[in-house]
Amino acid sequence: MNSAPQEAVFYILAATIVVFSVMTVTTRRILRSATYLLFVLFATAGIYFQLNYSFLGAVQLMIYAGGIIILYVFSILLTSTDKDKATRLKNSKVMAGLLTALAGAVLCVFITLTHNFGPSHYIGDEVPMKVIGTALMGTEKYQYLLPFEAISVLILACIIGGIIIARKR
Amino acid sequence: MEIHMEYYLVISTIMFFAGIYGFITRRNLLAILISIELILNSVDMNFVVFNRYLFPEQMEGLFFSLFAIGISACETAVAIAIIINIYRNIRNIQAKNLNQLKD
Repeated sequence: MNSAPQEAVFYILAATIVVFSVMTVTTRRILRSATYLLFVLFATAGIYFQLNYSFLGAVQLMIYAGGIIILYVFSILLTSTDKDKATRLKNSKVMAGLLTALAGAVLCVFITLTHNFGPSHYIGDEVPMKVIGTALMGTEKYQYLLPFEAISVLILACIIGGIIIARKR
Repeated sequence: MEIHMEYYLVISTIMFFAGIYGFITRRNLLAILISIELILNSVDMNFVVFNRYLFPEQMEGLFFSLFAIGISACETAVAIAIIINIYRNIRNIQAKNLNQLKD
């Protein structure tokens, strides 16, 4: 874990996340904003791969980068008008938002760095796919069949709701 | 020099508050939704990092992020359906024009 290439990869991913998440919220054009969000999600998937959670990284790539960003891009193209980017905020609003975000970030980073989390150590073994599958499909303690089924019902409800809301009348 | 857990937490804090800033200052409904996406993503990253560094023999953080990703996908799909419907009604998705919906 602590070899030099690993650290280099981590710092590249960290810089990508920080730079592009700030650019996502500061750029004026919304399509660029969605593209920068895509870069942030890619870098987050890279962090999951680096922490040896390959399954979670693959899920992140498929659902976020493959599904959600496509939805965003299509809906931006469907709803974009020319005067969208002309609206400019008052300076006081921007300053209030900036102040809130900076104060919160400084407070949270301060608490994170001074808090004692107890013994933290990196044990870098990959979780085997078979273990994930049994935990997802079992009904005993520390197994997750009930939330799995609840998610499937939720997705069904979302499909029906999306069709009903967005259909033409 | 090794990679401490706090480095990941600082990155996800920056991502979280970038999302907060966007949520407060943007006026386009889709831009607000993108900011919410940043916030959810940073929380997922925190769960995974806590799982890997503090409780490496368990899998709760992994499964919690897995389910959170699924739920945020649902939420995005429904929100985008609502936004497209709003656009059909008032030809515009700025948050300040939403009061025209009642006419």
